Formats: sequence, structure tokens, C-alpha cells
Amino acid sequence: MDGTVTPSVSACPACAVAPAAADVAAAARAADSAPVLLSVPGAHCALCISTLEKGLEKLPQVRSARVNLTLKRISVEAAPGVTAADLIPEVARLGYTAHELDSGMLRATGTDTTGRDLMMRMGVAGFAMMNVMLLSIAVWSGAQDATRDLFHWISAAIALPTIAFAAQPFFRSALAGFRAGQLNMDAPISLAILLAAGTSLYETWNSGEHAYFDAAVALTFFLLIGRFLDHRTRAVARSAAQELAALEVPRALRLTGAGEAVVPVAELAVGDLVRVLPGARVPADGVVEDGTSEIDRGLLTGESLPAFAGPGTALAAGEMNLTGPLVLRVTAAGRDSSLHRMADLVAVAEAGRGRYTSIADRIVKYYAPGVHILAGLSWAGWMLYAGDMRQATNIAAAVLIITCPCALGLAVPAVMTAASGRLFRRGVLIKDGTALERLAEVDTVVFDKTGTLTEGRPEPTNLGEHPRETVAVALALAAGSSHPLARALAEAATSMGIGPAAVTELREVPGYGVEGRFGERSVRFGRAAWVGAEAGADTAAWLRIGQEPPREFTFADRLRDGAAETVQALVARGLRVELLSGDAEAPVAALAQRLGIEHWRAGVLPAEKADRVARLTAEGRKVLMVGDGLNDTAALAGAHVSISPATALDAARTASDIVLMGGTLTPVAETVETSRRAIRRIRENIGISNVYNLIAVPLAVVGLCTPLIAALAMSSSSITVTLNALRLRR
Amino acid sequence: MEVLAFLIPVSLFLGGIGLAAFFWSLRGKQYDDPEGDARRILSDDWDDHPKP
Repeated sequence: MDGTVTPSVSACPACAVAPAAADVAAAARAADSAPVLLSVPGAHCALCISTLEKGLEKLPQVRSARVNLTLKRISVEAAPGVTAADLIPEVARLGYTAHELDSGMLRATGTDTTGRDLMMRMGVAGFAMMNVMLLSIAVWSGAQDATRDLFHWISAAIALPTIAFAAQPFFRSALAGFRAGQLNMDAPISLAILLAAGTSLYETWNSGEHAYFDAAVALTFFLLIGRFLDHRTRAVARSAAQELAALEVPRALRLTGAGEAVVPVAELAVGDLVRVLPGARVPADGVVEDGTSEIDRGLLTGESLPAFAGPGTALAAGEMNLTGPLVLRVTAAGRDSSLHRMADLVAVAEAGRGRYTSIADRIVKYYAPGVHILAGLSWAGWMLYAGDMRQATNIAAAVLIITCPCALGLAVPAVMTAASGRLFRRGVLIKDGTALERLAEVDTVVFDKTGTLTEGRPEPTNLGEHPRETVAVALALAAGSSHPLARALAEAATSMGIGPAAVTELREVPGYGVEGRFGERSVRFGRAAWVGAEAGADTAAWLRIGQEPPREFTFADRLRDGAAETVQALVARGLRVELLSGDAEAPVAALAQRLGIEHWRAGVLPAEKADRVARLTAEGRKVLMVGDGLNDTAALAGAHVSISPATALDAARTASDIVLMGGTLTPVAETVETSRRAIRRIRENIGISNVYNLIAVPLAVVGLCTPLIAALAMSSSSITVTLNALRLRR
Repeated sequence: MEVLAFLIPVSLFLGGIGLAAFFWSLRGKQYDDPEGDARRILSDDWDDHPKP
């Protein structure tokens, strides 16, 4: 619908780096005067507005801040050089999560000219409709002769310019459809409006009894409302989804004879030496030349346990270096790197997903020709029966007006607006126009593990089994390291009220652990083999104090908030839930058991995930894929519909149809439920408008339909479908 | 029915004022944040003096 999914580019940050870097540079130049834009999904109330605006305006570098609650956005006028990265921690201090929005891309959508243009046309059509209706009431209640003609002429004077101005979007779209050789929904709409206005003008000229100016203008007005709602829903989703800009521009530290130089990843060539600092991502595929460290492969493979890296270890682009600096010799860069092969996988999966035709499109395929044939037949029938061209044309116009596609033009956008507005308030962003329809058909849900059902952050599980002094020593050793297990231990121990013991001569041995002296004894905290212990099945770090036997600190990946409830709710709705993870068997099995997931697989490669989704689809299942990592992107793109959390990689978010803005998974079940209700409402609405048509169309065909009946049928069907759609908001 | 000669122009003129007011509010970006404006009325931050 909005055609924003361009996986071949964005699934591969490395190969799109040159244009991206140019964009960023241009944006940086423009950013001096432009406000900093942040997305704040948590803002929802009057108090939030005050807290955020006042809190930010207290800062010396901020001139002014303005919250837009509809788009859940803050626009901050700040001193030159202040970036979103500086402000995000400040917003976090006020108690809200903020994401950066790319102001360069926003400039195009910021001033929403299309929306304002549609609203202006809507205002004009509404004004004209009120006045023409008032004049029509006089005619309906029995104005005669000269008075009736006068009223018709005034109506014409108001209606014709209004139609010429306000109905332009329909004419343009119908014309574009004709050029492409298609009969879209706007063709019958345009024909109905033009024919009604034309015959009414002719009737007025000849002092006729019936004029349909009111119907023509009302039709324009109602359909413009539908068009505006449609535009608004999509604009809100698009602006928020597209511009959750990836913060990091891929760059690498290249070692040259003269020293180090920062270069864009695209400029790396095979054979280059690159330095990868702790905490940075590996920029290209390569082999470690020098240094030892541990690397986190979570986003690529779903493994939760950091792996050892030393000279000779092969690394893939996108992996995270944890503890020590590494020197890497590049073996594949750019188009040959594993990142880019992943992008190819996504492109293949995308091609496998059949083009989905929305409910509205499916109906229009029958509706548009059907209406034209019906109007043509009534015209031909009356020509044969009465031989009066004027009467036959009048009746054909009445048929077209009565069958006006209000149910499609107004009811579908109204339902979609209500549903996506409701979900947006709960932090669910619908990126694709047909995503809700597809979600309603889902019968299988496939989850990724690391980063989706779990937060991808370890949590100590047996801290209570150790004496406090032992934990204090472990804390003292862990506090100095940036390793995720060490940080998790330090956080948990501190929150238990334990302070670090007096450990001196702290030294981190990258790739192995931390050692130091505790009184007379040497202490070590790190990998099992280095400490002299036998590694178990669990994710663990070991502590040895002097010659005591090593103690095991075990860790488990923390469950994402709402994961258990979500799985339960989905199973309760009769959906088949599967877990596909690239992680080792033990943690996957433990998690599956904890959450009550029957079908699970461990050690799954990215291509196998996509294959599994394709196999389920081939079995006739409609798969919802929920995932966050690079190893999920192909499966996300290949599934019937896909959801990713806001913490997911840029590539995964781009490949998925729906993004969860909050940190919890709870909205997944509710989104499925809401989508089903929305589709039910759409079907109801189409039924309701068909009932109106069933009553009014025979009247129109036999020539009994007066402008009064047309106006009544049209207005009441439009109002009923809108009210029915609004029930979703509750 | 001579009164129509006055009433119709008068009613169109009044409606025109409404339309002009709508255009004015549209130009002033008053429809950009309907949700936020509905909530802002509840806050008493700038009740005593206008926002600088």
C-alpha cells in the first residue's frame, strides 16, 4: 500500500552505506536550525505533556519543547550541536522512553500538505452540502415553478464549482486508473458525480422537477471523509515507522601503515586490517589476527552465550565484540559479506510471499463493472420502453448515485482508522495498509527466542546459593568489566544490597575473565576452563578464590515482559505456537517448557527459519512471525504477516509489517484480537450498505427514486457504517 | 416570497464566514495535534500568564 518496504537495501546496512552517509551529512548540515525530533511512545496524558515540556525546557541547552500527542512526538528547539542522542537520556530521566527520529526524512512528511489539502476540499464540500441541502429541503417540501427553478439554479451555482474543486482527487485517480487500463473504485464514483451534476444541470435548464445537486455534493463530501481518514492513518504510521532512524552509521577503524583511520564500511577491501573495539560491531567478515575477546552472536544466530574469539577465529559482520580489542583481517566485504547474503535471503523470501489483495480491492473488482452494467442496462431498458432519452439518463444517474460505494470508500477507512488508532495508543505501529487484514487470517504464530521472547539480557539465577562474602568478591571483579554476564551479576548483587569486597590488582584478561588479589589469595572470575572448572550445560561464569573449589554462577536469559501471558493468550485462542531459535538446545528447551510451547526447534539457521515458514505456508497455514534479529529477517519477510519489537535491528523492523513500540510483548495477543474484530466490522459494514442498496436500487431502476430517497439512503448508510466502525474504539 | 432575495444571500454570507474561519484555522496548523490540544486544556501551567 504505502510501498515503503525496501529490504534489499535496508537489510544490508553495509552495502547502502554510501548514500546513507551522504544523507546523514546533509541532515547534519541542515540540523543546525531544524528542531530535534524524538518519538515518545509512552506519552498519553495531559500530565505527560507538562512533565516533558517543562522538564526539557529546564535544561540550559533547550530553547523550547513542544509535544505532539497525536503523533507521540516531541519537537525540541535546542542550541546548535545538540543532537537526539544528548536528549534521549534527559527524556529517560523524566520517565519516558524516546527514540530518535530522522529530521531530514521528516521534513518531507512534517508539513503534511496532502492531508491539509484533503481537509480543505472536505471543508468546501461540507459547506456546499449544507447549503444545497437547505435549498433542496424547500424543493422536497413542495416548491413549485419559478421558486423551484430559482432554488435549482442557486444549488447549481454552489454545487458545480464545489464539484470542480473538491472532487478532483477522485477524477485524478480515476483518470490514472484508465491510463493504466484498470477500472478502480474512483471510476464509478467520478462517473456518478459527473453524471448527476450533468443531468441536474440539463433538468434545471429545462425547468425539470428533479435535480441531484445535493446528492452529487454529499457523495463528494462523504467520500472525501473516507479518503482523509485513510490518508491520516497511513501518514501517522508511515512517519513513525520509517523514521525510527538507525542510530549507528556503519564505520570501521582501518589500520594503515601511518596509523588508524575511520572509514565507511563500504570502502573496506579484502585484506585490510581493521581494529574492532570492545562494544563495537564487527564491520566485515574476517579472521582475527591479534587479540582475544568474546563475541556476542545473538542478533545474527540467536545464540545467547558469548563465544570466545582469538587469533584464527572467523568472525561475521554484525557480531558484537565484548571485552577486548581485536585486529581483524577482512576476508569478505560489501556485497560478498554474510550480511549481504542475508539480504539476498530476504529478497528471495519476499518474492515467495504472494501479493495480497485487500478485501476492498477484491470487492471493487466485481463492484465497478457491475455498477456500470446495471446503470447501462436501466438506461437501455428505459430507452426501449419509453424511448425518452432524458428520462432514461435521469434514471441511470439515479442508479449510479444510489449504488455509491460509501461502504467501501468510507467504511473500510473508518474501521482501519479506529483499529489502528486504538492499537497506536497501546504502542503498536501498523506499517502496512493490509497488515491488519492479513493478521486476522493468522492461525500459526512463530516466535524467535533471543531478543523476542527473552530480552537478550542474562540474569543470575543462583545468587542466593552463595555466601554473601563470595558474592561480594565476585561483584568486585565483575564491576570493572563490560561483559554482559559481569554486568548482570553486578546489577543483581548491588540491588541485593551487597557492596564490593576489597579486591586489588584488578586485571581483565580479554576472552577469559577478570583476575585480582583478595587479601593474600588470588581470585579469578570468568570462563570455566580458565578458572579450572568443568563447564556445565548452563550459561555460567565461575569464581575461584585461592585454592577453594570453583563456584558456579549460573545465568538465564530474562523473559521479556508479557511473554508468558502472550503465549498463553495465543494458545487459548486456538493458535498453533512455535519457537524457532538459533540458540543451543538446553536454553531453548528450558524456555519452551517454561512458556508451555509444545513445538520448538533449536540451532536453526536463518535459511532454515525461512524454510520452516515457507513449509507452514505450503501446508495452507497463515503464519505470523515475531522476531527481532538479523537471522529472522528472511522469515519475517516470508511470513503472511510479521511483528518485531522496537529494539529489533533496523533490517528486521523494515521487513516486518507491525512494530511494537514498548518493551512488552503483551500487545501481540490484543493486536490479533483487534484485527479480527476490525475485519468483522468491515464485513458487517459491507453487509449494511448492501441492505440499503437492495431497498433503494430497485426503486431507482423502476424510476421511483426521487432525490429525497437518494439523499436519505446515502446519508443514512454512510452514518450507520461510520458509527459501526467507531464501536471498535472502545 | 420577496424575503428570499435577502435571506438566501444572508445565509450564504454567514456560511461563507464559517468557511473562511475554517480555512484560517487550517492555515494556523490547528488540526496538527487534536489529541494534544484536547489534553492541554486540562493543564493549568499557563493559566495566569501566557507561555513566553
